[in-house]
Amino acid sequence: MSVIVILILASLSVALVFLGGFIWAVRSGQYEDTQTPSMRILTEPEGARKTKPTSDTDKLA
Amino acid sequence: MIATSEHSLERTADRLLEPKDAVPAACFHCGEPCRDESLAREGKNFCCQGCRVVHDLLAESGLDQFYQLNEHPGVRVRPRQTAAWEFLDEPAVRDKLLDFADDKMARVTLEIPAIHCVACVWLLENLFRLHPGVGRSQVNFARREVAISYTPAKLKLSELAALLDSIGYPPHLTLGGLERRPRDGARRRLWLQMGIAGFGFGNIMLISLPAYLGLDSFSGPFFRVVFGALSLALALPVVVYSAGDYWRSAWTSCRQRIMTLDVPIALGLAALYVQSAFEILSRTGEGYLDSLAGLVFFLLCGRIFQRRAHDRISFERDYRNFFPLAATRQAGQREESVAISQLAVGDRLVIRHGELIPADAKLISGPACIDYSFVTGESEPVSKQAGEHLQAGGKQTGGAIEVETLRPVSQSYLTSLWNNDAFRKEKHSCLYSLTNRFSRWFTRIVILLSLGAAGYWTLRSGLGTGLRAFTAVLIVACPCALALSAPFTLGTAQRLLARMNVFLRNILVLETMARVDAIVFDKTGTLTMAEATEVRFWPAEGHRELTREEMDLASGLARQSAHPYSVRINRHLGLLSSPVFEHVREVPGAGLTGVVSGREILLGSPAWLQRQGLPAGACPPVEGSLVALAINGVCRGTFSLASQARDQADSLVRNLAGRYELALLSGDNARERDRFREWFGSGSRLHFNQSPLEKLQFIERLQKAGRTVMMVGDGLNDAGALRQSDVGVAVVEKTGAFSPASDVIMEATQVGRLGDLLDFSRQSVRIIRLSFAVSALYNLIGISIAAAGVLSPLIAAVLMPLSSVSVVLFACGMTTWAAKSLNIYQS
Repeated sequence: MSVIVILILASLSVALVFLGGFIWAVRSGQYEDTQTPSMRILTEPEGARKTKPTSDTDKLA
Repeated sequence: MIATSEHSLERTADRLLEPKDAVPAACFHCGEPCRDESLAREGKNFCCQGCRVVHDLLAESGLDQFYQLNEHPGVRVRPRQTAAWEFLDEPAVRDKLLDFADDKMARVTLEIPAIHCVACVWLLENLFRLHPGVGRSQVNFARREVAISYTPAKLKLSELAALLDSIGYPPHLTLGGLERRPRDGARRRLWLQMGIAGFGFGNIMLISLPAYLGLDSFSGPFFRVVFGALSLALALPVVVYSAGDYWRSAWTSCRQRIMTLDVPIALGLAALYVQSAFEILSRTGEGYLDSLAGLVFFLLCGRIFQRRAHDRISFERDYRNFFPLAATRQAGQREESVAISQLAVGDRLVIRHGELIPADAKLISGPACIDYSFVTGESEPVSKQAGEHLQAGGKQTGGAIEVETLRPVSQSYLTSLWNNDAFRKEKHSCLYSLTNRFSRWFTRIVILLSLGAAGYWTLRSGLGTGLRAFTAVLIVACPCALALSAPFTLGTAQRLLARMNVFLRNILVLETMARVDAIVFDKTGTLTMAEATEVRFWPAEGHRELTREEMDLASGLARQSAHPYSVRINRHLGLLSSPVFEHVREVPGAGLTGVVSGREILLGSPAWLQRQGLPAGACPPVEGSLVALAINGVCRGTFSLASQARDQADSLVRNLAGRYELALLSGDNARERDRFREWFGSGSRLHFNQSPLEKLQFIERLQKAGRTVMMVGDGLNDAGALRQSDVGVAVVEKTGAFSPASDVIMEATQVGRLGDLLDFSRQSVRIIRLSFAVSALYNLIGISIAAAGVLSPLIAAVLMPLSSVSVVLFACGMTTWAAKSLNIYQS
């Protein structure tokens, strides 16, 4: 039965990964604006973004 | 804001001048009707050069998808004016605007009211394709903001603003925008706290399940220890971090000796954790940690629900958000754009049509016709002569004028209102909220009950049982459902109201609104429309309506004068042909005369015409100002000019008159007193020619007489009264437009529904009381079980979420139902 301990530890670590994801999402401001992304998704054509904004600007966001 | 209103004026003017029968082609870019096809290219029509330039620019940069996203997504553009934005390169202004700057990269967040559709978002986020100096740009649609990073070496801030302006998205910069916005860290923290509480709740429940299902027997004591330790570890961050606000708030309440609801919550949480830790460590039980985590999780959900902010709406605006950031200064022969904070006394400014006078000033040249409707409540624009004093905040209508500033912006007459004490004190204290009044006796009863239970069981079966009964009562009485009643009821109400474009500063406003017993209205812009004037022509006895030719004569003559009445008559009649006038003469305070091909036209006050031997006949049966018209020595009739009442404004006032103490405070003159006397009834007080300070003092007197006052107003002159009143309702023409600081922001079309709003607020408070009763019932059941000393963790784990969820469902359901029955919410 002691395999349960391992299973519980495994499930907890999976849960922790998701918690980490949530914390990252909150910290990166994804909960601040919930309206614009829903509009943005309508306009992004497949593969049309040939010229991505330069990477050094990305890190500012 | 100014730019857009100017546009709309232009558009209306354009429409008036167009022949009505022809259907003009729509501009490919902005959808406005085109005057002719001179700018057409490849089968696409454009209304102006600007729109075509933007279209070409977008096509060149491969951004023509813009037009596929929406039929006419563009915003009508003005020609590019880099000079107008030069003030942005002043270090003092630039440094305040930038969120972040170093040598390589700068970031700025600009408010752009023109953002209105998916295509706008897309275009602004593809700004980097239009200029190599632009990096990433990100739109926040709800706030109508765009955050742009750019390379300062390649692109100056003024050039960025000019670029945005040239594609039809001029940034809206106000003096108040320079003030650094505090970052909203509290909301992020709340999300994190809720996430961690949810994480703890889910996992602790999972490992508590074997114990509840009685699986202990075959899993053995080893698992008990492991599970217990895990639960304790998982509950620790929930108690320390997620519930942190409750500890702090309870501690503050205790120090101030006020029994808020957070005190029993904190007591319950503490009892839960201590009791559980004791049971687990002493191996006598499995504790109530899942209930604890669930409780914190539900409470935080309630907080998030109640904290919902309306992003676009700011309830804290003052005059600084009303003034633009820059003005045009005359420097020798050149005009330059200068930041208002840099204005010095004695500067010569050029104020164009639709622009604000930024500081108290003296008129140097040009026919000034200043619209003070927003600042003082006067409905008629005021004509001023050179040398006269102009107050800050007025809006010039007509041609450009030149003024000389007399005082710095911060010391103008208008801005001095904000030095009043009413603006310093914190307005609302949540200590008087329904929940807190209820919790005062609730907390006392809970503490008494738990002490009673403890005493009883100590006497009967010893100290151990006594202590257990004590904590059990505290645990089960923890007023989770109670704490959720008000947030969910009022939060739902707030959300439903937002659908009809009524926005509440916070949910407690509704509670105050339910207590209101006196309502004070402003006139101009609130009960009447600030801009629209109803112009009607009443033919003199025995005469017909005006022919088109006669209309042109009257309109053409009216155009010769800058008097507000003339402007309105001209705007009302329009002008198809332009008759050539000779000998135009304006008699100040009386009227105008002019001659067209031998025919003499007179336009002026009926009394003046009477003196000229031209009796205007019977007075038309309307309120408002009268202007008589005589053509060729015969009086043709009279124009009546009345401010136009808002839809249903009169029925609203008549309805409320019986139930509330009503008053009207207007900055305007008493011309329309009789009309409003009829609306308000004989019992109400009507005051005209009120200064902003007098309005504030009137509210103060009502409050001293024990009234709970609601002020409904729109302009800057109501700012003091809105602030002083218990519930300040600001009326705006358009969501997101400027409004002075207030508790409720309401779109003008909804003014007629104010009565429903008040009814709804009282219904909501009734629902809160009902849900208090429901949650108190749950507590009673729980407490009787606990006081009997038989509270098992399983019962606690079921009872707690059950009570919370049912109270939440009850509150939300009842509120929605109440809103539906009052027609506030249409699905």
